[in-house]
Amino acid sequence: MKALLRLVLAGLLIGLVVGAQAAPLSIEITRGVEGALPVAIVPFDEGGRAAPEDVARIIADDLARSGRFSPLPRQDMIAQPHQAAQINFADWRVLGMEGLVIGQVRPSGADRYSVQFQLFNVFKGDRLVGYNINTTRQELRRTAHQISDIIYEKLTGQPGAFDTRIAYVTTSGPTSFSLQVADSDGYNPQTILTSKQPILSPAWSPDATRLAYLSFENRRPQIFIQDLATGSRERIASYPGLNGAPAWSPDGRRLALTLSKDGNPEIYVLNLASKALQRLTDNSAIDTEPAWSPDGNTLLFTSDRGGKPQLYKMSAGGGEARRVTFNGDYNARGVFSPDGTMLAMVHREGGNYRIAVQDLSSGEVKVLSERSLDESPSFAPNGSMVIYATGDQGVLAAVSVDGRVRQRLALQEGNVREAVWSPFGHKTDFESLQP
Amino acid sequence: MKLLSKGLLIVLSAIVLWGCQTTATPEGGAKVEDRSGAADGASTGAASEGGTFSGDPLDDPSSPLSQRIVYFELDSSDVKAEDRATVTAHGKYLAGNSSASITLEGHADERGSREYNLALGERRSNTVRQLLLAEGAAAQQIQTVSYGEEKPADPEHNEDAWSLNRRVEFVYNRK
Repeated sequence: MKALLRLVLAGLLIGLVVGAQAAPLSIEITRGVEGALPVAIVPFDEGGRAAPEDVARIIADDLARSGRFSPLPRQDMIAQPHQAAQINFADWRVLGMEGLVIGQVRPSGADRYSVQFQLFNVFKGDRLVGYNINTTRQELRRTAHQISDIIYEKLTGQPGAFDTRIAYVTTSGPTSFSLQVADSDGYNPQTILTSKQPILSPAWSPDATRLAYLSFENRRPQIFIQDLATGSRERIASYPGLNGAPAWSPDGRRLALTLSKDGNPEIYVLNLASKALQRLTDNSAIDTEPAWSPDGNTLLFTSDRGGKPQLYKMSAGGGEARRVTFNGDYNARGVFSPDGTMLAMVHREGGNYRIAVQDLSSGEVKVLSERSLDESPSFAPNGSMVIYATGDQGVLAAVSVDGRVRQRLALQEGNVREAVWSPFGHKTDFESLQP
Repeated sequence: MKLLSKGLLIVLSAIVLWGCQTTATPEGGAKVEDRSGAADGASTGAASEGGTFSGDPLDDPSSPLSQRIVYFELDSSDVKAEDRATVTAHGKYLAGNSSASITLEGHADERGSREYNLALGERRSNTVRQLLLAEGAAAQQIQTVSYGEEKPADPEHNEDAWSLNRRVEFVYNRK
């Protein structure tokens, strides 16, 4: 009981506060792809009754933010069709458009909406895709992001990652820390945890419903798992010494973590149901920052057993570890890309700490970031972008894995760090439109 | 004049004795005069003519015990040669004061990854802990915690700040 009281008195507030203010985490493109695809997202018809969200605006902003599209400003639209029959494709060819999106939003009940959209190829004048989506007021932004994902995939051939979220740690002073979750466009930030003590290493469960994290709220590093919908949480590791670097197995049943209870930091795997703990490394070096391969068979981790931190890999059941990074004298905090073909890591070169990606088959290393204190890389679930923190600026940045697109994500107040991109969310039901 | 200096003596001794009481542990505390160990010439009672410090050696500004932070080189957890005397002094003090207890807080500068820096901070505090044990301190007198890069002494992003952040702090549990 006393411990519980202490928990409360430690200046800790757990809450789910849904903020409806405009993107406190603002995202700007600092470099887009040359020859980004010109598209027109015509404002959706709202039937004379203002919808709670401007769906077309959200879609246009999503596509623009990817750096691969160049949406037409509304003031340049010659016409604003809402139905296929209203479209004069010549209008859009004249403007150099390659894609055209039209749609409508209609209320369909108390706080319920029906959203319809159609995507056209302007040159051929044919429809590429069209859906009718039943959604709610609360989910309207999310529906817009799902539409963006469909359009992105149709026009680029790659899955979109707009219907995703990011978790991140913010700080506004030495005794003010907060763990937040926002949509990947910075909207709807929710506070998951506030504390006077540091919070580190947030990690999404594979079904995107829970976050594991490290909290110093009890004056020692301890690992918690918190359910995002209910706010309820469980402390799952508070051994003597370090408890850190939680990493979910792809099946969501186990957590790899770092514990130093047996003398020095080693990698363990905790079975979340049985709480059985399996030790995987055994040497006097620092072994930390485990990361699972997407197939669940391999664990990547940071070790300084060779003198300085480098990345190693071993079977997820433990056993012999083999070194993976040979470029540079410091490589740490490695993560697999969603397709398992690449790693991202913190890589030191000439005294600068930068984000690099390494192709696992060729071994080729490419440095993606440009400053000197870059850290905590995380892949978008479609593998297209890597988000990371710039330690000297206190802002997040994102860069495409080919280096061509750059974004900056800044909080209005305070510093932001340690962002992790969620897995894909669960998709709502779409009804394909009849041709 | 004589009355004044006598009064001063009384006031000063009251202050010193009062100081002694606030650092006493529940077990009655260490008697400074018997177990001063590393402290320089600590003696009991009121302010003596010699001007030497009296009171708990932890409060003596000229004692190596007053040094509560040791610093480290980049990527290193080796205690520097010039800090050895400090660590030895704390070890001997703990050895001679079984009711004294300490928390060693390990830290790292901000460069590199946070979790590795947590481990590095722990390695630094563990290194200091081993040296204290070698001087006769008991394991139960020493707690360690690492804050990694999370609690910098200097939040700036330059070499001067980083060198101040790579540290272990000696935090005595004073009751």
